[in-house]
Amino acid sequence: MKYVILIYGNPESRKIWESFADSERAAGLRVYAELTRSLAESGELIVSEALADPALTRRAPADPALAAQIGLVTDAPLAEAKEHLAGFFVVDCADSERAMEIAARVPEAAYGLVAVRPVMTYAMPEV
Amino acid sequence: MPLAGVGEFERLLRELTPVALGALVRRYGDFETCEDAVQEALIAAAAQWPADGLPDNPAAWLITVASRRRIALWRGDDARRRRERTAALLSSEGAEPAGLAGSAGLAGSAGLADPGGLEPAGDDTLTLMLLCCHPALTVASRVALTLRAVGGLSTAEIAHGFLVPEATVGQRISRAKQKLRGARFELPSRAELPERVVAVQRVLYLVFNEGYTASSGAELQRPELTAEAIRLTRQLRAQLPAQLPADGETAGLLALMLLTEARRAARTTADGALVPLDAQDRALWDEGLIEEGTALITRTLASAPVGPYQLQAAIAALHDEAARAEDTDWAQILAIYDHLAVLAPGPVVALNRIVAVAMVHGPRVALEQLDAGLDAGLDAGLDAGLDAGLDAGLDAGLAAGPAAEPALGGHHRVPAVRAHLLELTGDPGAAREQYLLAARMTLSGPERSYLERRARRA
Repeated sequence: MKYVILIYGNPESRKIWESFADSERAAGLRVYAELTRSLAESGELIVSEALADPALTRRAPADPALAAQIGLVTDAPLAEAKEHLAGFFVVDCADSERAMEIAARVPEAAYGLVAVRPVMTYAMPEV
Repeated sequence: MPLAGVGEFERLLRELTPVALGALVRRYGDFETCEDAVQEALIAAAAQWPADGLPDNPAAWLITVASRRRIALWRGDDARRRRERTAALLSSEGAEPAGLAGSAGLAGSAGLADPGGLEPAGDDTLTLMLLCCHPALTVASRVALTLRAVGGLSTAEIAHGFLVPEATVGQRISRAKQKLRGARFELPSRAELPERVVAVQRVLYLVFNEGYTASSGAELQRPELTAEAIRLTRQLRAQLPAQLPADGETAGLLALMLLTEARRAARTTADGALVPLDAQDRALWDEGLIEEGTALITRTLASAPVGPYQLQAAIAALHDEAARAEDTDWAQILAIYDHLAVLAPGPVVALNRIVAVAMVHGPRVALEQLDAGLDAGLDAGLDAGLDAGLDAGLDAGLAAGPAAEPALGGHHRVPAVRAHLLELTGDPGAAREQYLLAARMTLSGPERSYLERRARRA
């Protein structure tokens, strides 16, 4: 079953990363590299990416009338919360328990910044 | 000999894959290299046979070419490293005969002219199936390896079938092959055999279910996984009786597949919307499959010890034999669910049984049992993924409790069943609320649309 493991950041978490010594950063990156490697080896990894700074986000052009219909102001950032998406894994694994196990290995998890969401399927239920 | 056509040709290569692989692994014992070699021989066949015509003995051709390729691979640099590790694991019986190591004469003689004892043997496909479903492998790896080594599907075909990247499937297969280093090409002991056969049945069921639940849009790009599952289950059934005469579950599984596949054409509208069992146009059901499946399960139940696949097949037969939905023998179906609940208890069986209770004893009794079941922890294990594989795809018979496989999460099923029962008791408001709740919780796009539609109509 496929799951997306979403990794968030916020201004405070970014400050913590910025305050890390080189050796601490290297250690953090190694954890990621090892996690990605072990998921590729187990055949569970579909894709994983880190995202660039949220300031580099570009929004596809919108029609203000349509945006207003769904309560959006076109020039405001999409997410209201302070947290921004920093990266993700898409995995194909046995069940949500396993997905949670994988998610727990992401360093940001301890900060409450990692979420797991199941991926929709187009499979028909059996009738 | 002219080839019949591309379809026939592909079918032949798939059928010959386990024959060639079995012969090689039995002789040389190095599953990993033999499997690579057979893959290369298949590629060679795919290139040469259309041009040169079918060889007189296609199996022997593949075995000969694969043997040659195996020697070449075996001598390669990567293989040397692998060999050193494998040699430590293989007994002297299964290991490479000493004379071949580094022999200059390899390319010239023994390797080509006389594969020496490389004849297909009767048990090979069974032994291969059991090996590919080895307990040391993850379920995903077993599925991938079985489809490639026994089914003869390419890595790309498997990837398309399961909607994962080709690299992911490739990784699952190589990892599986690494884990199988040192495994002997022989049948498991009498004591282990039944459990190992269960693992094979489960893999075949997973393949079937993946193919059966494919939505109509994606189908065009996906190989016929249901046909593959049925074909491999027939093969298992053909080779098993010699080793496990008392097995009725393989026949039960085959019957279940046939009786389920029979309904495939009726289960979606032209737009790909879900059509529940009680609303399906039964004229679209495949009579031939129903006949075969029904005859098979009837025979099997009369002669073999009963098991969960057989019971599921019996339920499917009862649905399929009803000319109209209202002719369905629900009392019999309920009796079978009662039996299944004892033999193979679990949340999916319990929910499907409750749907049958509603049909026999009315929706209020069913609602009471649903609530009692929840108090007793019925919903625990709904998200158990592939736990107790038999649950997967059990046919609830009615759309309100569709038997989505556990891999879809399952938590939506309780509100879906509840909604259906509430609708039957004449409480449309509550029914609507539960349908919408179930709609939000399901992971299946088509099912979500279906539940939302039920909510609108409640």
